[in-house]
Amino acid sequence: MTFVTRLAFEPTESTSLRTDYVTVFIDGQRFGLEIGSVRDVFMAGAVTKVPLAPPAVAGLINLRGRVVTAICMRKLLRLPAERPAPGAMVVGIERGGESFGFIVDSVGEVVSVMDGDCQPNPLNLDPRWASFSRGIHWLSEGLLVVLDIDAMLAPSALAPALPLARETEP
Amino acid sequence: MDEILRDFVTETADSIESVDRELVRLEQDPNDETILANIFRLVHTIKGTCGFLGLNRLESLSHAAETVMSQFREGKAVTTDAVDLILATVDRIKLILRSIEENAVEPDGDDGDLIRSLERTAGDVLPGSDDEIVDVSEPIALPEPELPAVAASKAANAENAPDAGLPKRRSSNAAQSQSIRVPIDTIESLMTMVSELVLTRNQLVEISRRAEYPEFKTALQRLSSVTAELQERVMKTRMQPISTAWQKLPRLVRDLCAELGKDIELELAGADTELDRQVLELVKDPFTHLIRNAADHGIEMPHERRRLGKSPRGTIRISAQHESGTISIDIADDGRGIDIGRVAAKAIERGLVTPAELERMTEERIARFIFEPGFSTMASVSHVSGRGVGMDVVRSNIELIGGSVDVRWTKGQGAVFTIKIPLTLAIVAALIIETAGQRFALPQSAVVELVQPLASAEHRLEKVRGSWLLRLRETQIPVVRLASILGIEDPQSAPTPQEGFVVVIKLGKRVFGLAVDAVFHTEEIVVKPLSGLLRSLSVFSGNTILGDGAVVLILDPNGILARLGDQTGQGRGERDETPRPRKRLHEEKSSFLVFRAGFGEAKAVSLAAVTRLEEVDMASIETVAGRKFIQYRGELIPIMQADEGMDLGSGIRPVLLFSDGQRTAGLVVDEIVDIVEDHFDVKPVGQMPGLLGTAVIRERATEVLDIGYWLASAHPDHPEGQAAGPAPRSRRIMLLEAAPFFRGMLAPVLKAAGYEVVALAEVDAAIGLLERGEPFDAIVADVEAPGRNGFDLAEELRAGHRLRQPPVIALSARGGSSVVDRARRLELADVVSKFDRPGLLDALAETLADAEALS
Repeated sequence: MTFVTRLAFEPTESTSLRTDYVTVFIDGQRFGLEIGSVRDVFMAGAVTKVPLAPPAVAGLINLRGRVVTAICMRKLLRLPAERPAPGAMVVGIERGGESFGFIVDSVGEVVSVMDGDCQPNPLNLDPRWASFSRGIHWLSEGLLVVLDIDAMLAPSALAPALPLARETEP
Repeated sequence: MDEILRDFVTETADSIESVDRELVRLEQDPNDETILANIFRLVHTIKGTCGFLGLNRLESLSHAAETVMSQFREGKAVTTDAVDLILATVDRIKLILRSIEENAVEPDGDDGDLIRSLERTAGDVLPGSDDEIVDVSEPIALPEPELPAVAASKAANAENAPDAGLPKRRSSNAAQSQSIRVPIDTIESLMTMVSELVLTRNQLVEISRRAEYPEFKTALQRLSSVTAELQERVMKTRMQPISTAWQKLPRLVRDLCAELGKDIELELAGADTELDRQVLELVKDPFTHLIRNAADHGIEMPHERRRLGKSPRGTIRISAQHESGTISIDIADDGRGIDIGRVAAKAIERGLVTPAELERMTEERIARFIFEPGFSTMASVSHVSGRGVGMDVVRSNIELIGGSVDVRWTKGQGAVFTIKIPLTLAIVAALIIETAGQRFALPQSAVVELVQPLASAEHRLEKVRGSWLLRLRETQIPVVRLASILGIEDPQSAPTPQEGFVVVIKLGKRVFGLAVDAVFHTEEIVVKPLSGLLRSLSVFSGNTILGDGAVVLILDPNGILARLGDQTGQGRGERDETPRPRKRLHEEKSSFLVFRAGFGEAKAVSLAAVTRLEEVDMASIETVAGRKFIQYRGELIPIMQADEGMDLGSGIRPVLLFSDGQRTAGLVVDEIVDIVEDHFDVKPVGQMPGLLGTAVIRERATEVLDIGYWLASAHPDHPEGQAAGPAPRSRRIMLLEAAPFFRGMLAPVLKAAGYEVVALAEVDAAIGLLERGEPFDAIVADVEAPGRNGFDLAEELRAGHRLRQPPVIALSARGGSSVVDRARRLELADVVSKFDRPGLLDALAETLADAEALS
């Protein structure tokens, strides 16, 4: 039997055959964020922790009078992470009238790729990663995992990490 | 949309509101030319503009209405029917306007019905009289005896009306050209930019403090004052007079009168009181509810009023005034007041309170039941109100914005609902505090007092077995460290509360203390909402940027209180005046882990049962004798799938591990959805093995799994598992304790130890439950409360000769031989000190073991 997942890659409109992605690096892996969604890239100032928040929420950053909810990509992808320090690279996103910032290791150049070249998520991709990926591009310099911003900002993406923090022995 | 069309829509929407209002006035005072002239002019303008823009439906509707009105001006009697008809036309015009606003074109449709009725009403007078503006000086037929009164009111109206008649028209048009419409967004972004400006200014001030440039300082000072003024002005642009929320009320009252057959006059006072636009939006609905309520429940029928010697016409009076940073609005009626007997009867019927509890309550407290959800005293459900959805909505809407609603009444003479709301939500005075190295803002409105226990001998802070109590004058107040509520306490370096400050917070009747490390200053902060991702954190109400550019979170005292477990005691000796609704007794807050597995509804397990959550590679599952296992920390753990429809296949899946201390098992699921904490009512569903029942979680039906069953079926060879019966149920303990403080302190202790606890304040309630046959494994009862206490309960139990009598453990604060003697005579199981929590748990375990051995 099968069960439904929402990973199906949605082809973009045929009129725009190419899409530009801002590349970011997390733990050595290259990811792509659609350029139209990215509002700005900036270095984090002081990050205010939010007690009781899901661990992937790194905190709040003041970006020129706007309060940005910062999300640690490493935590989201279940990679080892340290508390984000001032100076961390943040990719700013606007969604539903709110400002979010994804904390990444570094930001690379903008790449332009053919939409038709996008490969579906391989079956053996880590399911958590797969839930945030819309597909994979094979670039000459390596793989580009296209990130699904809506999936990353879904409350369910952040919530389940909570019980993992419990350190009771079975 | 076309610019001209957009302007037309907004302007017409405004003028049509005034037509509404003016018509109601006209009906009350049909001979007032000024009102008539106003309405006529408004409708005439609408008609003219519609024609110009090619909006045919609107044009013919307003034309027909104008025809009828021009006849009023010629002296035709203003009848209720005619006004009804014009009001119906106004409603139609509003409908069309809304559609134009959305789609930028006039909707298709036919208004023949209305136009024909309007023409019929106008029928008996010469057609065409609508085209010319009628000479205002034309004599109007007035009934003789009323003449002096009418003349007086006419004069008053001419003076008061903002737009009195034709001569003043030019000047009002001139005034209109002085103002412009600005979209809300523009003002909001101005607000953000001003905040940024303030931050930059503050940074400059910092720099100037270090450097010595006299001329720089002068310029900076000027910048400072201009910035401050700018901030204030921008704030002011968000303010609107409260009358904008009142515009629809005269029409509402008129319609209510027609519907209910009552005669009601609406009086409005303090209409120019200004408040924040955002707050204004939020109070519109509560206003409507309260007026409906007053008209329907408060004001009597005219014949009844006459019989009572009142004027047959009832009055609803709304008045608003500023009151030290808040706005206070009274909605008063001169009706029958509140029938406490009926409210009390209904409260008992609804199970909100027991008769015994009711006896101790003040009338004010009983009256507050009308704000409970689903509460309505009307015998029959009327169209206007009485659906029982009004008053609790009013209360929750008002409380949402940090306001309060209260009611006073005099029997037979009327009731007054008083709403208190903050002037603005955008800026609040907040106390900046620090705990565990992090700053927070605490709204000043909830803070009653700051105490520094070290510095003061009269404010003693004492520890009672892990819980802090502050003695403040005559009362004792529970104190909790903010850092521990927020889960950011570092146990190694945490100072004791004595070393810091205690912020005393009052919410309604509840008082508690928050221990913090430092208190800085009070600051006016600009409130920004939290991201949707964080909105479930009820301990915060928003965030703000402080003068130094740092983002701080704004604490929500209500959320903190809820996290305290609703267990705060009241002042010394004060009886719990606000017993929680009785049905809540059995449904304490619980946390569930919600997940998906296979097809069908979401499933949930109690979070407390889950010891760990692992992600397991399905390929590593080993099958031994038809059963699945994984290797986990050197052990083989049986694994089950949460739903038979699941395809385990390959890949990594979340696995919930649970254990009862001896046996461990894992449950494979497809996806973890969420963790929710709330009151859940788990309803049993037939004989489904492994299922406790279903509960509505997040508005969705969710199957709640019985971990005990799964554990047993994972270990079929285990002695207990072979029985295959239901999982061992948890022990049910009755806690009888009159003092809310101790009740609040002990119930969580018992719960944490794994008992199911029913906490009660009264012996009668306890006996009631036992007589209904509710099973309890043991009773823990206070034996020192004045009046009836645990001893009385034990005596009644003995006298009743029940077959199955739960053992009773006596709780005593003082101890002493008299207590022990009496306990022995009554054959109580044990006597334990209230403060000895481990002692209580030991005694309970022993007693339960003894009882089991006996049976």
